[in-house]
Formats: sequence, structure tokens, C-alpha cells
Amino acid sequence: MAISSPSNKKEKRWKGFDIKNHKALILGSVGFLAFSAIVLAVLGPAVEFPIKIGRTISEGIDDSIGWATTSGAWFLDPTSDGVLRFLLLIKDFFEWLPWPIFIVATVIGSYKTAGRGIAIFAVVSLTMMGSLGLWVSAMETMALIVVAVILSISIAVPIGILAARSNLLDTILRPILDGMQTMPSFVYLVPAVMFFGIGDVPAIFATIIYAVPPAIRLTNLGIRQVSSEIVEAAMSFGTTPRQLLLKVQIPMAVPTIMAGINQTIMMALAMVVIASLVGAGGLGEDVNRALNRFQPGEALLSGLGIVFLAIIIDRVTQAAANERQKALMGER
Amino acid sequence: MAQSDAPKLSIRGLWKVFGHKATGGDVPASIATKSKADMREDDGVVLALKDVNFDVQEGETFVVMGLSGSGKSTLVRTLIRLIEPSYGEILVDGENVLEYSEQELVEFRRRKTAMVFQHFGLLPHRTVLENAAWGLEVQNMPKAERLERARETLEMVGLQGWEDYRPAALSGGMQQRVGLARAIAADPDILLMDEPFSGLDPLIRRDMQGELVRLQEQLHKTLIFITHDLAEALKLGTHIMIMRDGVVIQLGTPEEILAHPADDYVAEFVRDVRRTSIVTLRTLMEEPGLQVRESYTPSKAIEEMARVGVVSAFVVDAEGHYVGVVSFNSAAEAKQRGDATIVNACISDEYPALAVNTPVESALPLVQHEESALAVTDSEGILVGSVQPHTVRDAMAQEAQEASDARESVGSSALEMEQSSLRTSSGNAEEEKTTTAT
Ligand SMILES: Nc1ncnc2c1ncn2[C@@H]1O[C@H](COP(=O)(O)OP(=O)(O)OP(=O)(O)O)[C@@H](O)[C@H]1O
Ligand SMILES: [Mg+2]
Repeated sequence: MAISSPSNKKEKRWKGFDIKNHKALILGSVGFLAFSAIVLAVLGPAVEFPIKIGRTISEGIDDSIGWATTSGAWFLDPTSDGVLRFLLLIKDFFEWLPWPIFIVATVIGSYKTAGRGIAIFAVVSLTMMGSLGLWVSAMETMALIVVAVILSISIAVPIGILAARSNLLDTILRPILDGMQTMPSFVYLVPAVMFFGIGDVPAIFATIIYAVPPAIRLTNLGIRQVSSEIVEAAMSFGTTPRQLLLKVQIPMAVPTIMAGINQTIMMALAMVVIASLVGAGGLGEDVNRALNRFQPGEALLSGLGIVFLAIIIDRVTQAAANERQKALMGER
Repeated sequence: MAQSDAPKLSIRGLWKVFGHKATGGDVPASIATKSKADMREDDGVVLALKDVNFDVQEGETFVVMGLSGSGKSTLVRTLIRLIEPSYGEILVDGENVLEYSEQELVEFRRRKTAMVFQHFGLLPHRTVLENAAWGLEVQNMPKAERLERARETLEMVGLQGWEDYRPAALSGGMQQRVGLARAIAADPDILLMDEPFSGLDPLIRRDMQGELVRLQEQLHKTLIFITHDLAEALKLGTHIMIMRDGVVIQLGTPEEILAHPADDYVAEFVRDVRRTSIVTLRTLMEEPGLQVRESYTPSKAIEEMARVGVVSAFVVDAEGHYVGVVSFNSAAEAKQRGDATIVNACISDEYPALAVNTPVESALPLVQHEESALAVTDSEGILVGSVQPHTVRDAMAQEAQEASDARESVGSSALEMEQSSLRTSSGNAEEEKTTTAT
């Protein structure tokens, strides 16, 4: 008896709440339907929305981006410069790298992390890319990806950590990230061009915006999902917040953070192709050019090059994350 | 019992209401009279601790007991402010922990306390050794030194050879040993343990309890031990505090709780415990009576016995260690032989001493054939009392009587059911026999 009474009460309260809720909902919908029916009956079916503010707002945004471009030059120009210099450095490296060394290194790397299957796949696909004449473009794409991903991670991980430590920031960030992820990726190209002109830099900028959300999300998640008893246990010995973060939360979140980085890389690969519209080089540019010239064969081969790169990078980073996860579970 | 010095830990009017902002100051009159159920009903908040008060003396094992949800974990966490209490005071060595700043709190957790968790709370990405060294690492002790200390502590808990494994490779019992080592290595004054052995199976649990008793004899820490198992509470505790719905129901020594349960809730816990398996000789023993030094001359021993009016006496050495028994006759013989002391007159092998923490039940076979009082000694062999064989036998008899009374009053007890099922099964066995015979 003593056991049954609290659950009874709970149920009653729940029901009461529920009915009230329904009432409001039903009343509201009925009211709105009646109102719309009257309006339609009076004004006919072709009635337009009485308020139109879309254009005003979009023009406002255009203006403010225009304003930001001119008055933000002190910030935009050095940023653009820095990114470009970084990109050139990486590009030079990939151009300098002799193809046999790249292939051997990739094969060894993927064999060690992902196993024999992926290693064989890497040999075959990379050799194919070489013989299909995609090598130079592929290296250029690699350089773009590397730069975009490094920048994305160095933005995403700190933000993810902050979000994990502040519920307020988390709440604010959540809808923004949702928006960033569902927004069609082309949309980012326009402000990118306005800020940074045409070329690789706006491509990287747009790529970062497009690719950064999963890394932020998963960093946040990874830190938040560290078992509360482990956090409590660590804290009970007198950790400072900094010790807790560096010695417990981040190490234990690494597999999840790596999953986020994996997704970021994949999204960056996808975006780098789209970004060829604003002048990014590499395989994306090849696809784009082929499209413009109606050369489906060429487009397909370049597209295949991107697929190969994606598969190799995906499997290797995933395997690395799994490895780390296993180590965490003590299976080593 | 002249414990005049201040308690190690002192809890005054401690409250925790989940759902209220921690406010401090005085307890508002609006909640002072409400029960946990009222609070949930009226305000939709959880009253986890209600006006908890207790003292813990240095070196004692203070057990907190209660059913699930009674607020035990909340209590132990508020002590180091993993959970901020709503009202009250927590005094450790006279300082109010709730007034500490962030840094003081960190320092307090590093130096004064360490905690052992039910689910161990080990860091899965660290080795056993690194886990054991965690407290010292947090204190920024140099690496070589902390690993050395951790290694020693792991050895104390019987885990040498496992240093380089990760926790997941260890069994539950072993993982909790790591948890124990981690807490001990930090060398705290106060050890907090939140149901440390509840997750372990019964055999391992008993092992670990023994281990803890052994360690505690070496270390003499102040121990706050949470459990929902009365047998465990009685085995370990010097004091036991029983909680229900955030309220302290009873606080006393194990013997007090067994003898006078405060209400039905406590009685319910106590009912299933066979008292004689828990209550130790400490409760039955009397003053040791006449003691003579082994360095006495036979005449002095005889004189003493004659003065007190006994025919035998316990013999102790200069430090009070029990040596044996001397009788009037053997002393007289020694005197005739011209011995300088009574050492040779002292009979030791026929009169073994009983350890003071022997459960009454286990003492019974030892006193079965004895007539006269037996010596009771502490863990160092110091004579602390004597026990009459008939007291032990009486205690056992009384227990058996109470147990059978309880069974009758309960009616269809498990025992009866067991017996009836035995009867039917033996009937079946007979039937089988007859069928095979034909
Ligand atoms: N973070 C929290 N928020 C709200 N209520 C809580 C929270 N933590 C505990 N409680 C409630 O406080 C009460 C006491 O919980 P506590 O965990 O201290 O009980 P316990 O005695 O340790 O139980 P168990 O034996 O199950 O561990 C319970 O009613 C619980 O639901
Ligand atoms: Mg608990």
C-alpha cells in the first residue's frame, strides 16, 4: 500500500497536466482554423500573406555584410593573408612530396591503423589516381583539406570544451549548430567571397563554417558523457578544474572527439568540391570544369578521385578512434 | 568513555533539499516540519537530508546505514562538498568546511579526505599504478615519488604484479582494491566509503571486509562507511547511524542497536541477524579479576590470592600481555621447590586466551569443556577481561529461544516451508525405493 500510493499520485498529476495541455492545443487549432476559414471565405483562395518583410531583412543582411567587409578589413586582410600563407606552405609540401613516398606512407599508416584491407585498397586506388592523371589535383585537394581541417579543429575543440562546461553556452550554441548543419552549403559561399574574394581562401573559410559543427558537437558530447562517478572520484581527491579537464575529461573524450574530427574531414571533403565554384583548386575544380564543358567521363573520374581519398581518410581516422576507444575500455 | 577531546568530524543541523538553491543561513520554518513525502508532494523538491547531527571521533569506524534513497550517498558527498548542502555545518578538526573558498576546498580534499566509490570510479585510460597514484598526482607530487608510494600501497592491498594493467583487466574485487589503494595512498585523515563492497559478490565482499579490518588495524584512519547491509555494519562499525528518508532514526554502538532497535524500521534490519554471530565477547566479558605479574615470587602470588579469596589468577607480563594461569596449588608447589618467580608455576597451554573480537557463536566451541573463567585479550595480546563459559552458553541458548519464538510469531516461516518440502521430497525418495525394490 505504501508502495502504490506515490505512483498513483504521479499518474494523476501526469494525467491532469496532459489534459490541460490538450485543451489548449485543441482550442488553439480550432480557433486558428476558424479564423483562416473566415479570411479565405471573405478574401478568396489567392489571398497573400499580409506582411512581407523577407526582402527588407535580406537586404539588411547584405548591407551589414558589405559594411563588415569594408570596416572589418583590418581583421579580414591579415586573416586572409595568414590562411593563404599556411595553405601555400602545405601545398608546397604536398607538391614536393614524391608520389612513391606518399603511397608508401599512406599504405603503412592505413595498415597499422585499419588493417590489411584498407592498405590494399590504398595501394590500388592511389596508383589508379596516379595513372588516371589525377595526382596533382588530388594533392592540391589534400592540401586544402589539411588546412581546413586543422583550422576547423582548432576552432571546434576549444568551443566544444567551453560548451561542455557551460550549460548556457550549450543552449545558445545548439540551435546555431543545427542551423549551420542544415543550411545549404552554397549559402556560405557568398559571404565567403565578399569577405575574401575569389580563390582558395574563401573556399577554406566556407569549408570551415560547413565542417565545424560536428566537431564542436562531439567534443561537447564526449566531455559531457564522461561518467559522473569517474568525475566525482577524480574531484574527490582535490583536482582543480584544469586538472580535471586535462587529465580526465579530455583523455576520456578523445574517441568521441576523434569521431567528430572524422565527420569534419568528410564534410570538408564534400565542401571542397562545392567550393570550387568560388575558385578552389584541386579535384573539385576538375569536376567543375568537366561539368561546364559537358565531359561526363572526366567529371566521373575526378569524382572517383574524391571518393578514393574520402574512403581512405575515413577508414583510417575511424580505425584510430576505435583503437583509442578500445584502449579506454582496457582491452589492451 | 572519558572522550573529552573534540571530535574529528562534527555534523550540525545538516540539510539537503534537491531542487532548492543552496541558501545557507537558517532553515526556513516552512520546511522545518515537513517530511520527505510532504516536500515532494507540495513543492516538487527532494528532501535528501533532514537535520542530520552526529560526531565522529578520530580513529573510529562510523557506519551509515539505510535503505535505498535514504540519503546516505548524499550525506557522504556533502561532507566534501561534491554536493553542496542546503543548510548546516560540517566541522572537520573544528573548521567549517562550508566556509572554505574554492582553493581551500581543493586543499581540504587533497589532504584531509579520500573517498572509495561503489562503482570504483577508476580512470580507464590509466594503469592500475597510475590510478593508485592519482591522489598524489593531483597534489603535484613528483612522478617517481608518487609511483613509488602507489606501488607500496598496492602491495598493502595485495595487488603487486598488477601495476601495469588497466582497470578493465581486473575483477570487481581487485578493482575495488585499487580504489582502496588510491584512497590510502593519498594518506588522508578521513576515509569516506560509499557502499564500496555492495557491487561485489558475497565471498569477495567478506574478503574485502576482512581486508579493511586488517588495514584499519594498521592505519587507524577515521572511517565513514556507507552500507545497506547490517551484517557489514555490525562487523565494521564502532558506531552505526541508521537513516530513513533523510532522517536519522538511530545512532549507537552495534550492541545498542541490536539490543534496543529504536523502531520497527530498525527492528526490521535487525530481525534477520543472528546476534551471536555478530556480538563479540566484548559484550559478555567481565573484569579480568585478580592479575599477578609473572615476576612475582610464589609467596607473593599466594598472598594475593588469599587476600582476594580466589584459588587461581591470570598471569601477565610487565606490559600486561596475557601469559597464563597460576593456581593456588601450583604456586604452593613452586614455593616448596624454592623458585624465585612464578614463571614455572604458570600454566599457559591449558588456558588459551580468547580474542576480544571473537563472535559469541565462534567462542562457543572454545569454551565448551571449560569450567572456570577464560582470559580475553585484545589484538596485541593484552589481557582486557575474562569470560565465564556459562555466559557464552546462556547467550547462545537465549538466541535460539528468541529465534524459535520469532518463527512461531511469524507463522508460516521459510523454515517451516523448507521442512515441509523436505518431508515431501523424502516421501518421494521412499516411493522411489519401493518401486526399485519391486
Ligand atoms: N542530483 C539529484 N537531484 C535530485 N534528487 C536527488 C539527486 N541525488 C539524489 N537525489 C534524491 O535524494 C534522495 C537520497 O538519495 P541518495 O542517493 O543519497 O540515497 P542513498 O541512500 O545513497 O540510496 P542508495 O542506497 O540507492 O545509494 C533520493 O530520494 C534521491 O532520489
Ligand atoms: Mg547511494
